Amino acid sequence: MIQPMAHIGRPELRTMPGAAPAKFQVDSLSFFYGKTQALKDITFQIPEKRITAIIGPSGCGKTTLLRVFNRMYDLVPDARAKGSVVLDGEDILTTTKLLLLRQKVGMVFQRPSPFPMSIRDNVAFAPRLLGWKSTKISEIVQQSLERAALWDEVSDRLDAPATSLSGGQQQRLVIARCLAVSPDVILMDEPCSALDPVATLKIEDLMVQLAHDYTIVIVTHNMQQAARVSDFTAFMLMNTDHRYGELIEFAPTADLFNQPQDSRTEAYITGRFG
Amino acid sequence: MTRNAWRRFSSGTALTVMYALTGLALVPLGLVLWFAASKGLPAVLHPEFFFNSERPTGFPGGGVSNAIVGTGIMVGMASLAAIPVGVLSGIYLAEYGVSRWASWVRLASDVLVGAPSIALGLFAYAVIVVPQQHFSALSASLALAILMLPVVIRTTESAVVLIPRGLRESGLALGLPRWRVSLQLILPAAAPGVITGTLLAVARAAGETAPVLFTGFGNPIFSLDPTQAMASLPLVVFRDALTPYKDLQQVAWGAALVLVVMVLIINLGSRWVLRRQIRLAGQL
Repeated sequence: MIQPMAHIGRPELRTMPGAAPAKFQVDSLSFFYGKTQALKDITFQIPEKRITAIIGPSGCGKTTLLRVFNRMYDLVPDARAKGSVVLDGEDILTTTKLLLLRQKVGMVFQRPSPFPMSIRDNVAFAPRLLGWKSTKISEIVQQSLERAALWDEVSDRLDAPATSLSGGQQQRLVIARCLAVSPDVILMDEPCSALDPVATLKIEDLMVQLAHDYTIVIVTHNMQQAARVSDFTAFMLMNTDHRYGELIEFAPTADLFNQPQDSRTEAYITGRFG
Repeated sequence: MTRNAWRRFSSGTALTVMYALTGLALVPLGLVLWFAASKGLPAVLHPEFFFNSERPTGFPGGGVSNAIVGTGIMVGMASLAAIPVGVLSGIYLAEYGVSRWASWVRLASDVLVGAPSIALGLFAYAVIVVPQQHFSALSASLALAILMLPVVIRTTESAVVLIPRGLRESGLALGLPRWRVSLQLILPAAAPGVITGTLLAVARAAGETAPVLFTGFGNPIFSLDPTQAMASLPLVVFRDALTPYKDLQQVAWGAALVLVVMVLIINLGSRWVLRRQIRLAGQL
């Protein structure tokens, strides 16, 4: 029998799944790379200002699903999505305001990817290119770094190259860079898999902090991480007959880990496969 | 002989052969530098060599200032034309180059790299010199620009391709347009590699004789007018070395030394820049 996990994370939110309005409404989403189907009929809602984790074994389409939320798949030739994903009343699959969508939906990748410039310039890069006022930008730099819990560590060396930071600091810098364009949503694709345990804990703390103001969607291999930080969890699995990813179960995290409704979810979280 | 001794012997022999062949490969380079330096130094040691222009045989105090400035102007104009076009094409190939059109561009630039430089000179001759009825630095610059273009394109492409995909995606994920990510994020990150490529192209253009032979033509009088014939270092070497006069031959050696040193400096500079690129790429 699985131990109750209600003491972890933010249990007060998990008891009221209906309390948060939906940020993303995903409806019958299917995804194709050329002729290969990668996702099939995914329907669920991502609640606003909560942390939603997407878990599942390798190859189940977690990252593909995440990359739908900011249309990152546009870079892949022949990739296309069917169904609808509504964000704030607009279907992002058909939106023509791609750049605004990506400002609104930021993304943090698995490997920290600091730009080859100073710490300050990393955060100021996008605001500058977007033509924001330079007086406002230094304010944005400080605010973003503070929100990413990095300001105290770098405030005295903002002009040092970003590559001189440690891996965990780089990842927080990437988060600050993402906050600088004031997004509503932050997508995280295994943000801690390249980090040591201490740096991982810092990022997890940060995520819980950020969830007061931002909607966070995190893809993770690490079930303990999902249980620790997330309010809701989506479990995905690859259909063995057709080799596309399916959403098996979506529930408040405590429910999914304690009383999984699907036998496959239970098998996965008790470690029987994956 | 025991097996161990035999192994040591064969390994030693192989190493010796490798060292010997490496040494042999360096002999021509050493000889070129030695000859250029020993024969050219006497000419170069007079300061007026750099300040006076060419003089006919029998008139002492001749120099190559006209040729140094001429090479600078012609290569400079060629660079102004070839580098922007080449860098932008290289970025296009690296960032967007999956189409059939891109593979044609790649093929064309590969063919152009292999094109004989005298053919490029002939092309500029036919297109500019013949209609205008006179030689000009402009026509030489056209030939040199065509010579440089494919080198700049392919080195830019390979430098930009080296930039990790994560950097590109991070830029796009911030909501920046793709062309700005290419030009303002990826290109600066690849800059050292791009600079290396352009410097190598400049060095090659500076040393080429064939494209300027019947375009720039040469001019013993100091001239800054790009629409007229203009001197260049390789042409001074080519013409003066073939004369029977000792003083002009001396000028030719001096010009050769100046040219070799110029190209050497550009090459070493580009290596230094490249090292920085590799170090930077390792951190990304």
